[in-house]
Parts: sequence; structure tokens; C-alpha cells
Amino acid sequence: MSNTLNLTLNIWRQDGPNGPGRFETYKAPGIPEDASFLEMLDLVNEELIAQGKVPVEFPHDCREGICGSCGVMINGQAHGPERGTATCQLHMRKFSDGDTIDVEPWRAAAFPVIRDLVVDRSPLDAIIEAGGYISAPTGTAQDANETPIPKEVADSAMDAAACIGCGACVAACPNSAAQLFTAAKVWHLNSLPQGQPERYRRAQNMVETMELFFGSCTNHGECSEACPKEISQDFIAYLNRDHMKAKFFNRKLASQR
Amino acid sequence: MLPDARIPAGPMAEKWDNHKFDMKLVNPANKRRFKIIVVGSGLAGSSAAATFGELGYQVEVFTFHDSPRRAHSIAAQGGINAAKNYRNDGDSVHRLFYDTVKGGDYRAREANVHRLAQVSVNIIDQMAAQGVPFAREYGGLLDNRSFGGAQVSRTFYARGQTGQQLLLGAYQQMMRQVHLGKVKLHTKKEMLDVVVKDGEACGIVTRDLVSGQVEAHSGHAVVLATGGYGNVFYLSTNAMACNVTAAWRAHRKGAYFANPCYTQIHPTCIPASDEFQSKLTLMSESLRNDGRIWVPRNPDETRSADQIPEADRYYFLEEKYPAFGNLVPRDVASRNAKTVVDQGLGVGPLKNGVYLDFVDAINRDSAEVIEEKYGNLLQMYERITGEDPYKTPMRIYPATHYTMGGLWVDYNLMTTIPGLYAAGEANFSDHGANRLGASALMQGLADGYFVLPYTIGDYLAPRLQKKLVDPSDEVFTQAVAGVQDQTARFIGIGGTRSPDHFHRELGKLVWDYIGMARNATGLEKAISEIKALKDEFWADLRVLGTADSLNSSLEKAGRIADFFELAELMARDALDRRESCGGHFREESQTEDGEALRDDENFAHVSAWEWNGSDQPQTKHAEQLVFDEVHLTQRSYK
Ligand SMILES: Cc1cc2nc3c(=O)[nH]c(=O)nc-3n(C[C@H](O)[C@H](O)[C@H](O)COP(=O)(O)OP(=O)(O)OC[C@H]3O[C@@H](n4cnc5c(N)ncnc54)[C@H](O)[C@@H]3O)c2cc1C
Ligand code: FES
Repeated sequence: MSNTLNLTLNIWRQDGPNGPGRFETYKAPGIPEDASFLEMLDLVNEELIAQGKVPVEFPHDCREGICGSCGVMINGQAHGPERGTATCQLHMRKFSDGDTIDVEPWRAAAFPVIRDLVVDRSPLDAIIEAGGYISAPTGTAQDANETPIPKEVADSAMDAAACIGCGACVAACPNSAAQLFTAAKVWHLNSLPQGQPERYRRAQNMVETMELFFGSCTNHGECSEACPKEISQDFIAYLNRDHMKAKFFNRKLASQR
Repeated sequence: MLPDARIPAGPMAEKWDNHKFDMKLVNPANKRRFKIIVVGSGLAGSSAAATFGELGYQVEVFTFHDSPRRAHSIAAQGGINAAKNYRNDGDSVHRLFYDTVKGGDYRAREANVHRLAQVSVNIIDQMAAQGVPFAREYGGLLDNRSFGGAQVSRTFYARGQTGQQLLLGAYQQMMRQVHLGKVKLHTKKEMLDVVVKDGEACGIVTRDLVSGQVEAHSGHAVVLATGGYGNVFYLSTNAMACNVTAAWRAHRKGAYFANPCYTQIHPTCIPASDEFQSKLTLMSESLRNDGRIWVPRNPDETRSADQIPEADRYYFLEEKYPAFGNLVPRDVASRNAKTVVDQGLGVGPLKNGVYLDFVDAINRDSAEVIEEKYGNLLQMYERITGEDPYKTPMRIYPATHYTMGGLWVDYNLMTTIPGLYAAGEANFSDHGANRLGASALMQGLADGYFVLPYTIGDYLAPRLQKKLVDPSDEVFTQAVAGVQDQTARFIGIGGTRSPDHFHRELGKLVWDYIGMARNATGLEKAISEIKALKDEFWADLRVLGTADSLNSSLEKAGRIADFFELAELMARDALDRRESCGGHFREESQTEDGEALRDDENFAHVSAWEWNGSDQPQTKHAEQLVFDEVHLTQRSYK
């Protein structure tokens, strides 16, 4: 059996989007080191239920670091102290006996709190809806090997496509910008041959939609630091380049019509 | 009575093409007059919704997730099969068909499986066109690997994140339709009932997870693409929210539930470490391509793995199955791991695992090559266990992973309720009694992209004059009231135990009696113990908070209530099937060397169960399986 920790938690509680929030302090004794952060919250909740208190709502699902559901601020850091690790993959052995841990929801104007630690991240879907796809209706595809793609290109597209859409980049950013999320999708699709026909439309439409919801990027780099998939900040430079070019190309295309 | 499965006549290889030609069509201008409800946004749901939208139907998609991209399909790691034969190693549609029927231990419907193998090649083309960054060779062409149970390399993959990349592809394709106004997306809404009028599905009832609002939605047809029920075991590799509710509520409304006892236990998961554990983590079985599975020969072994010489290691799969070795199908690998652990040969602090060892592969290929192939999996292992798999062999043990059983569907994927379809893991599908690795993603996308878009038109075409049923109709108001009553009841019990408590206890019963090995005594015991626990649940459940806000205890309570009923049916189905096949191992029915022994004379059928109300057991209907192409043999991987 694993060693255990005695912890104090300051957890943000908020009854609804409009309700006022507050920190509540809970003792969490005997937390096994082998538990994940979310399993620690499970234990806290079981105890709250036993005491007749409403348990803490927190976002989670796969608990394998891939669905992008989870994510809380842990001592002010998005997804906590371990690099490249989503909250669900963070284990309590990274903490010490006697620690006090602050747990808060993502803080960003675009992500209103739904309850406790759960926020509404639907603006991220809106960015994808604006152009984060390749228009290839079912049935129209040619044989997959008709278009060879250099391994380096495919690998780099995959590096960007690894984004799990958790929103940690936004939460970590002092401006609540969503550049890293947007850039990752733009690079994934714009770097591939299949993505070329819609390249500039995509960049422009996604950026415009992003700007409706999110702040602007001033190159702090906190986003990549917080990203559980360690998506590189370099993609933001590519996004800016394609977005600049897009304005030019799209205007030229419009004038030719 | 079980309706006709509508398997087309004619030679196997021509059935699907003939059927496509024979089905009725809805002309393009009329498609917009039909509204299709799709529940679920995983591979099956997203691909179906996107394609329906492209065809011109009005589509409404429902998911309880906050974004369609979070569906459990996102977690699939290993890959997706297709009979492309890019490796020139003898693969073909016929071989994939054959392997799937055999792998399923001859308990799948041949015609469905053949169609699956046929459309598999289109899926890869479609996904590559969508921009899925599949792994490639230096020449720029797609890479393949071999996967558990197959002797050809037909598995396409995107690092260890194949499900993620495929789902993002299908999700993005669907979001394009959302943008075009063809698909309407409803997130954070849980479907809690199917509504039927005059014998046909006419809509669903949902609960908004944020506001608690219970709503009626009508459609001309309803597709359930709501995933599998592996979480009935509590501990499984499924995401926490996976559940049987959508399928189960449909079952209660008249859809037959087929082969509930066919569940798959995946051989390579990280063993449980403690009571608090909330789920088990899968380590993709692609690891079995390079990792060697063994346990110490001596049950009292105290040396660390690297100190144990070859002679004292028992490579049980390689020894017993020289032809397939570590790549035997999942059910065989899992059962053998259970056998050695039951013999006291298990490793780890709780002696509940077996080693999966990369030392030979690292010596042969270098650590870099292994990292390139499996880096993210090995890293995940290290995060969870705190052990470095490049130095110490991984510890693995079987865990529930997939459910072959599900809603009974005919060849058109229609359930026994006309107008209600089931796709992906939610249907009883094409995998018989055991699913081969990398075939679930294939099936979900086959159903959504290439089967439903054709077959649903056949149902809708003659219903052009059919009006949507108004949400104020009695059938809807009754269903809404039913959902509201149940919600109020959960909160009203005011007992002492949390939903998780009951789920955990139920899971233990299911694992112990309806798990990797089953017998009549255990199954009978399971039925009575599940019932007793269910009564306790309804008397002593504690759900705090309110019904008009986000309340995950309340959501769980509803799902667990359905798991109780499902678990009982699983036990009954397992008891009824007095043979072993695939993932269903009845201890009474085994060969001399402990392999699963089928009884084709009496059990070459699908068991489809009909709901008779809460106070009476379901009635079984048998669909006889006919094997024209594949010769029934005792599976052997020796
Ligand atoms: C860890 C893991 C790894 C795997 N790896 C592989 C692999 O490598 N290859 C392979 O082929 N298969 C793999 N599988 C299996 C495969 O991932 C699944 O079988 C498949 O993705 C299921 O897809 P689906 O579309 O049927 O359902 P899901 O992806 O489970 O989607 C279900 C959807 O239904 C929604 N839903 C459910 N109930 C309701 C309700 N009541 N109301 C509203 N919405 C609802 C959910 O929100 C979700 O959107 C793996 C499975 C696991 C657990
Ligand atoms: S719960 Fe899915 S990424 Fe953490």
C-alpha cells in the first residue's frame, strides 16, 4: 500500500454562473500518494456526501489525459505543477504531506463558470466551426496513398493535432487569449496538402471568430508552459503568418470575382 | 417475435452492392423535409451526423459532453483496421472478413461482417482526406502495423492517439455542417428516454445537465450512437461517463438487447493499486508487438525482474501458442494472464499482474526506436505507476474494455423499434463474441459514414407525408413526466450511501461472477446478489443538491439504476449460454487444455432479449446464425 498525505484544500465553490463564488476549506487526511489528483477530489467528495454536504463539481471524463475535459487551476497553475500533464494524470506523489492546495476553475471571461470548478468552453468549438476542418464530404475521397505526404510534414501536423482542447492555454494566459489552441488547429490542417485549398479562408475565419471571444496574444508563452501536450508556441508564429497572408490573398480573390 | 434480419440474398461479396441498389431513395430535394436525431457524437455519431447533413437531411445531435470532441472514442490508442493490403502481405476484404468472423468465435452475422470489411478501405481514404495525420513512411505513404490476433499488417495509426485523430476528423467534418446550418448541436444534454408513437420511434426526451430542464425533441428517425456499457464493471478502461442509459431506456421501450454477456476483457491494462482507484488505464495492445509477457516460474520469487534469469521465467503465451505467441487474441491472452495470477505467479505489490517486458526489443532495436513507437504510452505508464518501463518491465493485467453486446439491429442497423437505429459500440454489432483489436473504430466509422446514410433513406422514403409528432403530444408529455419523476425520486430517497458506493459494489459482483470466467453457481448467485443490492440502492441512496443545476451525483444515480438492470440481464444471458465462446467463458464448457469450447449445435445464435416490464424477466429470442462462407472450426492459435 502506498504512503499517505494529509492535505488542506481551498476549493472554489460557486452555485451557478451568476452566483457569487467563495473558497471553502476542507481537510483531506490520508490521501494515498498513488491516487491521481481527481481521485483525491473523489475522496473529498465521498467525505462531503457522508457529512451531508453537496459535493464539488469538477470536470473530468477519460482520466487518461486525452479527452480534454479536466482542468483546474492548482495553486494558480493550470493543470498544476507537472509539465506536460493534464490534471487527471497528475498524481499525489507530486505533493507533500501537510501541503495546502488552492483549487480553482479556469479563469477567463470567455469561459463562464457553470458550477464550482466547471466552466463553459464552448467558444473553442465555435472556432473550429468557423473553419477548423477540410471540406471533404463522405464519398469524395481518392485512395489514401494517392497523395504521399513526407513523414516530417505528417509528424509536424500530428504535433499540432495532439491538442486536446482543454483550454489550459487560455486559462494560463494573462490576456485569456486562445492563440495556441487556434494555431494548433490551423497548423495541423494548413501544413497538409489536403488543407491547401482552404488554407487562407481557414486562417482568416478562425482568427476572426477567436477574436470575438478571446483576448489578444502578447507572446507571454504561458500557454505552451501550461499545455498538457506541450504544443509549441512556434505554431503561433505560423498562425500569424498565414493570417497576414490570408488578408492579402482573400482580398485579391475577392477583387477577381 | 424477432423481426427478420433483412440479410440480402445472393453471393456474399455482392450482397451489399445489391442491397444498396434495392433500397428506396429519398430524392435530394425531399431530404430536407426529414429530421434525424443522432444521440452521441463519438465516431459513429459524428460521422453519421456529418454525412446526413451533407446529404441534405436536417440533423440534431445530442451529447452529454460539453463538446462533441470529448466522446469516448477520443481515447482509442492503437489503430484502425482496413483491408488495403498496402503491405502486399496477403490481406484482402475476404481475409479481414474471415479474421473477424473467426476472431468473434463464429458468433457474428456473416453478411454484416463482410460489408464491414468491404467499406473498411473507404474509411481510410475518407479520413486521410479529412486531414487525419496517420503515421507515414519516409516515402510519404501510409504506415501499417500488425495488431492482436492478425497475421497481416492492416492497422493504420496516428501515434498512440488514433481514436483522438479520427474523432477530431469526424467532429470537424460535423462542425462544418453545423456551420452550414445543416446540423444542430445540443451539448450537455443527456437523453433519458426514447419516444414511440404508433409503433415507430418519433423522438427523445433529454435533460439539460446545466439547467435541469427536461425537454422533448421530435424526429422522423432516431440514431443511438451512445457507446458501450463496460462501466457496469465500475473499474474499466472506459471514460467515467460511459454508460448504458440511452440503449437501456430504448430497451425498456421495446428494443431488444442482444448478447449482453459478451464483454471484452483487454489483456494489457495497468493493474489496480487500491480501493480509491476510479478507473483502469489501458496500455495499447500494440505493445504486445514488441513486449514479451512473462511471470516468474516460482510463486515465491523475490528477485527484481532484471535479476531473474531466462530459465526462471515463464513466457506463458509464447510457450503455449508458438504460432501467435504474444499476439494471440485478447480473450485468450486475458484468460491466460488470469490463470497464472490465480496460480499465485502474479507480480507487483498485490501480486495482481504479469510482466510486459521491453528489454529484448530495446536491445534489438534501441531505446529510441521503442520510444518513437510507444513513447506516449510508456510515459503515461510512468506517470501513473511512478515506474520507468525502459528499465523495469511494465506490470499489466486484464480489465474490461469493450462490450460486444448491445441493441439488436438488423442488416440496416435498425433496432426492433422501427425508425430507431443503433450504431457503433451501442449495437450488438459485427464482432460476435470477441472483437479484434483496431476493429471498433473501423465499425463505428463504417456504420456512420457508409451504412446508415444509405439504409436510413430506405426507411424514410415511404414516410414523406409523415408529420413530426408534436412535443405536446401525450407520448411526449408522459415520457417527460416519467423522467421528472425519476429525478425527483433519486433526490427524495435521502439515504446514506453515495452513488459511487453502489456502483463500486455492483462492479465487484459483476467482475467476480460475470467476468473472465463464469459458472452456473456463480451466475445464479450474481442474480440474487445484484437484486439485493439494487433494493438497497433504491432504499439507501443519497443524492444531494438539486435537480435544477449541474449535479453529477444525480446523473450517476440514473446511470447506475440502469446498470443494475443490465447486470442482471448479463447474468441471465451468461447463464443461458451454456457454452464458451470468445469473451464468454463458461467453466463448464472447456477443452482438455482449458480453451473455450463452443457448442455450435445449440448456441450458434444471437440471443436477443425482450423487455417485459420491471417485475418480470426478459424473454429470449434467438436469431440463428448461418455460416455459408466461413467454416466453423475450433479456434486454435497454437
Ligand atoms: C482506452 C480505449 C482504447 C481503445 N482503443 C481502440 C483502438 O485502438 N482501436 C479500436 O478499434 N477501438 C479501440 N477502442 C474501442 C473504441 O474506442 C470504441 O469502441 C469506440 O470508439 C466507440 O465509439 P462510439 O462512437 O460507438 O461511441 P463513443 O465514442 O463512446 O461515443 C458515445 C457518445 O454518446 C454520447 N452519449 C452516450 N449516452 C448518451 C445519452 N444518454 N445522452 C446523450 N449522449 C449520450 C456521449 O456523450 C458520446 O458523445 C478503445 C476503447 C478504449 C476504452
Ligand atoms: S479527464 Fe480526460 S483529459 Fe483529463
